Amino acid sequence: MQTELETAMLNVELGDELTYNVKPLLHEIRHALAKLLNDEGPTVIDLRSLPLAPGEEEKLLNTLGHGEVHASLNALGPTEVVETGYPGVWVVLHYNTDREVIGKFIEVCDIPDLLRSQQDDIREGLEQLQSGLA
Amino acid sequence: MTETEFLLWVRGPALQIATIVFVLGIVARILQMVMLGRKANLAEARGSALAGGLRTMVTRSVPDKGTFQRSTFTIVSGYIFHIGLFVTIFLFAPHILLVDEVFGLSWPALPTPVVDATAVVTIITLLAVLIHRLKDPVMRFLSGFSDYLVWLVTFLPLLTGYIAFHRIGLSPTMLIALHILSVELLMVLFPFTKLMHTFSLFIARYYNGAIAGYKGVHS
Amino acid sequence: MSKDETLGEALRRQGVTRRGFLKFCAATASMMALPPSMVPVIAAALESARRPSVIWLSFQECTGCTESLTRSHSPTVEGLIFDSISLDYHHTLQAASGSAAEAARETAMEENHGKYILVVDGSIPTDNPGYSTIAGISNRDMLEEAAKGAAAIVSVGTCAAFGGIPAAKPNPTGAVSVSDLVHDKPIINVPGCPPIPVVITGVLAHYLTFGTIPELDDLKRPKAYYGKSIHDRCYRRPFYDKGLFAETFDDEGARKGWCLYKLGCKGPTTYNACATVKWNEGTSFPIESGHPCLGCSEPGFWDGGSFYSAISTPTEDIPKAAVYAVGAGAAAGVALGAMNRAKKQKSVDAHEKVTIDDLDKEK
Ligand code: SF4
Repeated sequence: MQTELETAMLNVELGDELTYNVKPLLHEIRHALAKLLNDEGPTVIDLRSLPLAPGEEEKLLNTLGHGEVHASLNALGPTEVVETGYPGVWVVLHYNTDREVIGKFIEVCDIPDLLRSQQDDIREGLEQLQSGLA
Repeated sequence: MTETEFLLWVRGPALQIATIVFVLGIVARILQMVMLGRKANLAEARGSALAGGLRTMVTRSVPDKGTFQRSTFTIVSGYIFHIGLFVTIFLFAPHILLVDEVFGLSWPALPTPVVDATAVVTIITLLAVLIHRLKDPVMRFLSGFSDYLVWLVTFLPLLTGYIAFHRIGLSPTMLIALHILSVELLMVLFPFTKLMHTFSLFIARYYNGAIAGYKGVHS
Repeated sequence: MSKDETLGEALRRQGVTRRGFLKFCAATASMMALPPSMVPVIAAALESARRPSVIWLSFQECTGCTESLTRSHSPTVEGLIFDSISLDYHHTLQAASGSAAEAARETAMEENHGKYILVVDGSIPTDNPGYSTIAGISNRDMLEEAAKGAAAIVSVGTCAAFGGIPAAKPNPTGAVSVSDLVHDKPIINVPGCPPIPVVITGVLAHYLTFGTIPELDDLKRPKAYYGKSIHDRCYRRPFYDKGLFAETFDDEGARKGWCLYKLGCKGPTTYNACATVKWNEGTSFPIESGHPCLGCSEPGFWDGGSFYSAISTPTEDIPKAAVYAVGAGAAAGVALGAMNRAKKQKSVDAHEKVTIDDLDKEK
């Protein structure tokens, strides 16, 4: 499957900054990190709610780079959770079972909620284990 | 009528009507003026009527010192809004696009922010001109309904254009339709009001200069 | 699925874990164009939401809208939202046909009177009712009857919202929109030819989550999606501002991705979410593929002049009109001039010189 950048290249030669939204986004992330450090809570940015030209999203993600954690989970299709080169800045990509993107977020937090085991699931698991042992 | 239909009407039939009235009116009135002609001057020529006429078309466009001192405001504001109108009408990219589309002619545009600033200056100047007309007792005495009408139809395209460019208040469809409509209003009234001075001005200056030139004097 | 089940229960019964549910809520928030901070609220609301009954009526339409929504083969978020409603009648999707189907519709309307959501695609002919009927019932009668018990009506697609292509000139069937016929119910217009699937489900999700209809603009379109013009969010906008336009589909400007205004782009007068939500799971949208926006989510888009001429250019032949006008003007001018001359000559002829004698006589 083609990457989004390749698709864009079919129609547009240059993928330079067109909307000038990359810089402001990076600043938003900077503010969010400062907030996180000051215990003012996490921030989530929905990448699909912003006008970005072909190539701009790649530029943003390349600037953020890759960090130490790369988790993938399988719930209603795969989801990739990647810590970027800046600890506390995570990229969360949701796919459906056809591996089509259904959500793209940047989360600024200690750990994205989705990675934690959820109370209800833990409870259900415990019940299963108990009934299995009984 | 929906907004789209309104825009379509404005771009189509209304523009057609306005163009016909505008062109027909101007051609008819100019011909009418020229055909009135002048009485043959039987005196011997002491200079060139043509040269005098052409010279005066230029010299009369520059105010002499005395007049300038007496009516500084009228002259300065007059120059500003006339140049402003020229810039906003002929050097704004979308307008050039329109001419290009219709007549296949195009020329370079000024950067949009420059035209935007010019529009603001022109709007302010036109308002000042109106206030001056209302406040000055002589001007007010000399002004009639048609003078205010002419002011309004000149002002409206500028104002609606500015609002449409900045998309204030109404939907862009409506704004652009109103802008085009205001220009059509201007076009329809043009041949039948003092707006005709755009053409008659130079004819009049030529006549004046030609008479003087024939007599061998400066006008 | 039983009718009293909550959405949370229904999803869990389908094997969706809590994590899956969270992901579902995040994607739903994105779909509803709500800020991600709303996810917990959405999760709480969806958890306990009851499945609403939905009746979907199709009139003069091409099924493109349904196609847009159901095209995906895999369980997408849209699909799940769609599964979590109780779709009690949809004559393309339902298995039942004929009188059984109509009976199902009537039962659903009765059982959920005042509570069901009515979704309509296609316009309604008002000329001859025979132009479009279902089970012998005219579209208009069926709409009016179904509207009576509806909590809200969602007009999906430009045809249902504004009349669309069936209502385009010369409108042979006298087609009208839903809001032309129904005035006493909340109507949500979701125009587009077809609408972005996410927008259709986003509206359903909003109703499911909050039990209310989303905030609407003056054309009854949800502001969350139709609040900004394509032009305002178009990534080619910087080229528009600089005056760099593609002149043809294969010139240098087109290859460099310049603005498509001169090729007829209707982006400046079109309100929709294509520039951000995009199509085909967020792959791209027409302008990104190099084609000007057609303005399909606006009233009367089909009659809005050529798709390929700029919105501000004349639709009639202006130079021709101007040439005729010059001719007519010249004729009129000459006639007027001749009349003036005749008048002048007459006054010259009528002129009598005053002599000293005349003056003396006065005394
Ligand atoms: S391509 Fe269309 S929507 Fe984009 S900037 Fe140009 S005119 Fe506006």
